[in-house]
Amino acid sequence: MTYEMVIGLETHVELSTKSKIFCSCTTAFGGAPNTHCCPICTGQPGSLPVLNKSVVQYAVTAGLALNCRINRHSVMARKHYVYPDLPKAYQISQYELPLCEGGWVELSGGKRINLTRIHIEEDAGKLVHQGSAVFVDYNRGGVPLIEIVSEPDFRSAEEATEYLEKLQTILRAVGVSDCRMQEGSMRCDVNISLRPKGETAFGVRAEIKNLNSFTSVAAAIEHEFKRQEEILSSGGVVVQETRHFDADTGETTNLRGKENADDYRYFPDPDIIPVILPYDVLEQLESSLPELPDKKLARYVSQLGVPEADARMLTKYRAVSDYFEKASAGVQNPKTVATFMVTQMFGVIQTEAEREHWSPSVTAEQLGELTRLLESDKISRNLAKRVFSQMLETGKPATAFITEEDMAGFDASALKALCQKAIDDNPKSVDDYKAGKEKAIKALVGAVMRESKGRANALAAEEELKKLIIG
Amino acid sequence: MTTIQAVHHLLTNREVTCRELTVRYLKAADDVNPQVNAYISLTKEAALAAADAVDKKLCRGEALAPLEGVPFCLKDNISTKGLATTCASHMLENYVPIYDAAIWEALGTQNAILVGKGNMDEFAMGSTCENSYFGGSKNPHNLGHVAGGSSGGVAAAVAANIAVYGIGSDTGGSIRMPASFCGLVGLKPTYGAVSRRGLIAYGSSLDQIGPITTCVEDAALVFDAICEKDPGDMTSRGAAPVADRLTGDIKGLKIGIASEFFEGLSGDVDKALSDAVALYEKLGAEIVPLHFPLLQYVLPTYYIIACAEASSNLGRYDGLRYGHQAPSFSDLNDFICRTRTEGFGKEVRRRILLGTYVLSAGYYDAYYNKAQQLRRAIVREFSDMFARCDVILTPTVPVTALQFGADLSPVETYQTDICTCSVNIAGLPAVSIPCGVDSKSLPIGLQLIGGRFREATVLNAALAFERETARSYLKTADMGVAL
Repeated sequence: MTYEMVIGLETHVELSTKSKIFCSCTTAFGGAPNTHCCPICTGQPGSLPVLNKSVVQYAVTAGLALNCRINRHSVMARKHYVYPDLPKAYQISQYELPLCEGGWVELSGGKRINLTRIHIEEDAGKLVHQGSAVFVDYNRGGVPLIEIVSEPDFRSAEEATEYLEKLQTILRAVGVSDCRMQEGSMRCDVNISLRPKGETAFGVRAEIKNLNSFTSVAAAIEHEFKRQEEILSSGGVVVQETRHFDADTGETTNLRGKENADDYRYFPDPDIIPVILPYDVLEQLESSLPELPDKKLARYVSQLGVPEADARMLTKYRAVSDYFEKASAGVQNPKTVATFMVTQMFGVIQTEAEREHWSPSVTAEQLGELTRLLESDKISRNLAKRVFSQMLETGKPATAFITEEDMAGFDASALKALCQKAIDDNPKSVDDYKAGKEKAIKALVGAVMRESKGRANALAAEEELKKLIIG
Repeated sequence: MTTIQAVHHLLTNREVTCRELTVRYLKAADDVNPQVNAYISLTKEAALAAADAVDKKLCRGEALAPLEGVPFCLKDNISTKGLATTCASHMLENYVPIYDAAIWEALGTQNAILVGKGNMDEFAMGSTCENSYFGGSKNPHNLGHVAGGSSGGVAAAVAANIAVYGIGSDTGGSIRMPASFCGLVGLKPTYGAVSRRGLIAYGSSLDQIGPITTCVEDAALVFDAICEKDPGDMTSRGAAPVADRLTGDIKGLKIGIASEFFEGLSGDVDKALSDAVALYEKLGAEIVPLHFPLLQYVLPTYYIIACAEASSNLGRYDGLRYGHQAPSFSDLNDFICRTRTEGFGKEVRRRILLGTYVLSAGYYDAYYNKAQQLRRAIVREFSDMFARCDVILTPTVPVTALQFGADLSPVETYQTDICTCSVNIAGLPAVSIPCGVDSKSLPIGLQLIGGRFREATVLNAALAFERETARSYLKTADMGVAL
């Protein structure tokens, strides 16, 4: 029997607000343990949470970018469980009436992954193990999160990772999170079950908690598929449980079983008044939503003539696409800018982290200037490439590397003189061309290029040569 | 007993320095406390420091704010930075907060003289003030009787003249009941009028801080000093000052009487209440008969909501960061279990278990959700009643102060809250004032309930009664400071 996997994802994303969700402590990553906290984030007796408005606004922005319905009236709830990193013994989250419901993410093949909801909640602290001792660091306690819950719409590990990449790109583009899995600002729980292909009912699912890289997500899904498949095909029964993925062994192991399933005793938090989103705030957030990556990609391809593969790279990070658009301003053919960026800049700025930050030595204005020089035939393509790599190395503008001689080589009369010289020096090629050998012209162009030390525009030279020979 | 206004007068007329006054209160508290057990801790240094600041102001000829330099008692569930705040629990026996409650910030800027932290039922759970880890507070009117709970220590301190006024908290009657038992004025403000920031939570949607004083005008003065809107408490609304609006004139005031509140009263209480109603009529009020059929559901509604919230609020006491820690244990779970079993008293554990039960999956709809529905119905019934009257008059407690160790069953004890709880469920303001004594000379209280933010209406009705009876009920217990 062949089995199909049914997967749903719960993704936790840290919002990049400056202060925490219920107090004014900083959300900055790191810091000496327990220095970014106060009576509120450590749940001191009598302390009261005050909901940070910008957390709601960031979460609404995320919801709008992911096509959700925004609930103008939502409620914060307490989710109870006892663990040392949770100082109040409850997490303030949302249960009934979350901030966003519905929504979807479209994969490249056109398949839509539907979302159940997006809600806001606080992060817990962190346990620090030192030898046999355990310490708790509450710096992260109270950092604002959104939890994006998908419908069980995935059928493969590839779909799951593409979805996560899409989420990352979209949330970064609208500026609500940096979505860094390695720093834990994006983490994922996978719910996975198997069923015979063609079946519509769901099988028994296992939940794999706290995956913090795309490769872990894919590996955990693949491993879990094999594990459940073996159980089912040998006539066994999958038990509902929470599992842990070990990135070193690539295997999932039981964390806790169903018998101690959690009873979170949710109820509305009496310390926090219901979240009412005024119409004007919602409208303002809607209208200030930037162009989303998918739309941007389509525009780059159809309107700017950028090849799709290049456009994908340019739209992955907001800073990169902003740079591209700035450099393209006043340029005839933005595709040229895209080529410079993808072939040369991406060769230098290689890691994802570097691309995310995108602080190249060359400014967008400098790249734009270079492109305009090329487009106005003041310099050749070859020269432009060479100059650009020097610019990337030094951060100096194009003009620092282009001599007057480079520029002079390219006015029409200078080119004509060069062409005439090539004709005079290579009578055989001229004759061959006249005899109908089209290729012979290339030899003449080569001569022009050699003579010009590569500065001439080959296309223009070819045209000029033909003009001179045929008359 | 003395009043805030009298002390203010003595200070501004330089008849006594604030340091002298404070030393007298501290000394009296030291002397009287072993008998009454009103204070869990005395805060001598804080008191003297504030007193000296007041004296300096007087020397400079500056005017004093109404509460400035007036010695008072603060219930020990209100956080005071650097000063022990125990909630009368073994769990927090050695807990010293790292921040100040909003109300202590407000009073601190007025150089209020904190004599000490008032005894209470553990975590404010109780109606007699016997559930304190530090022993019960005694009623200064008769030391064989309880002071009433849960702000019993605060009331006892005021009644025993070892504080001029007190600040308590009221979740289901915890200010009004001890005020009634001790012959004092107790005001439970509208929910949201006073910030709860720094009040160690019992039932968050019910808790409210308020004053216990010897007279109605003092209650208004304290209310005005503490009712500021606090951006640090999302449920805080603040309120308009009331002291200037009190006239004592109640001609044409419509006083509602719902018969349901008057069932099962002891004979003395019944008589005192009838006399009070007759007096109000004489003063020009109009008596409006009402019905409050939902009263029978008030106690279950209250106990489900209060215990649910308590179970949640008290989950944080695990001994990991502060508070009691079990000395021996086998693993983390065992440590937390032992810490909580040892740290919490019986009544607290009972309510945590009740609350955990009513919130758990499978019972939530049958209990917690039902209670929330009832809560909304009770709110509606109150607003229907307030469409027909300005204030509602009830007994505060159906009985007078119980004897120590009367040993009622938990349910019998809970029933003494019947008249006060409904007010917290609906978030309304209510005041308890003395209206007589029983055959053993123990005080009887009456309660006046108003619509939301009608503190002025309620206190004005209270003032009219107080003036007419010329405070004849305000016996001075023979202890403490006589000025």
